[in-house]
Amino acid sequence: MAASLYAADPPETLRTVELEGLTLLYHRPSGLTHFLAPPAPQILAALAEGPADAETLAARIADAFEIDSEDPGAAIAARLAELEAAGLVRRT
Amino acid sequence: MNHVLRIQVGPVSFRIGSQWRGPVAQLRRLYSGYPEPDGICDFTVRLEAERLWRRWIRPSVAIRGDYVLPDAAPLPLALGLLAGEMGMNLQMALGQKRFLLLHAASVEKDGRALVMTGHSGAGKSTLAALLGERGWRFMGDEFALLGLDDGLLHPFPRAVSLKNESVGLFDGVDPARLGPVLTGTPKGTIRHLRPNGEALERMAEPAPPAMILFPRFGRDLDPTVREVGAAEAFMRLTQASTNYVALGERGFGALTRLGGAAPSKAIDYAGIEQAEALIDDLWRSA
Repeated sequence: MAASLYAADPPETLRTVELEGLTLLYHRPSGLTHFLAPPAPQILAALAEGPADAETLAARIADAFEIDSEDPGAAIAARLAELEAAGLVRRT
Repeated sequence: MNHVLRIQVGPVSFRIGSQWRGPVAQLRRLYSGYPEPDGICDFTVRLEAERLWRRWIRPSVAIRGDYVLPDAAPLPLALGLLAGEMGMNLQMALGQKRFLLLHAASVEKDGRALVMTGHSGAGKSTLAALLGERGWRFMGDEFALLGLDDGLLHPFPRAVSLKNESVGLFDGVDPARLGPVLTGTPKGTIRHLRPNGEALERMAEPAPPAMILFPRFGRDLDPTVREVGAAEAFMRLTQASTNYVALGERGFGALTRLGGAAPSKAIDYAGIEQAEALIDDLWRSA
């Protein structure tokens, strides 16, 4: 089975403020405020390049952010599931 | 409405109407010296009989107005003053859209505002009222109004609601500033205190926020000060706001701006003198 592709709303729908290593994010479409810990903000930024699966995102993020996991793809997949539950990403 | 009072409290105007004379007479006395607003008031509070006959038989005051909570319990007429106060709170909590509303007390010194927020019983009303008698300007004990565009704290110096043990702390003030002792309220014994002359004269003067304080009162607590990180402070302030969600992005902008302008501290205290000393120390080093 092909890996799920994820997409996020475009960056202009988000307003972010950095607070002590966390990212405070206002999601304009839902009006909800979220607190995000790394690598969630990096995942959203990487999705701005277009929809991707977990492995692709891990590769996109790897240049700028070190994922502390033996299996970065699995770690990203777990964060994607959380972001999906929060309404910040969706499967395409 | 047979009996009506119109008052201006900081940037907000209220029209309080009642079917009975008593509550409005008490409010008029308590709010003596407050300006009368021009034009149409921002909010209307109506104190009405819960049922037609309850205007005369075991009179029971239902709190109504522009905004209503359908399941709000009516109060006996003896607590009509409290009903008026609760009515004003309710209109603000449900209807205020011009300011980010924080359930917080605020005082000002040296042109800068200190915001105090915490759970019921944390002592913010008592602290603000007491500081207001000791060199600070009292700005409000129930709601702090944060300007959405200017980021300033706007005074909302309503009468202070002193509860239980706090009532005795203000025996020394001019008796004309005190309302009747209200016993058997849902929060125990309550007595209202009109803020002093300076608070009233300067009710149109906002101040930039300089510090956010999360006080915690407990007889067994050791006096301590703790730094509160910006992320924790933001979360606690969203919980302290009644209209953060309703204001959407404007609320987000105002609250993140507040966090950037004012550092946050938490204090534990076991007595009012202790709290005052902690606050003075913090303020001096801010």
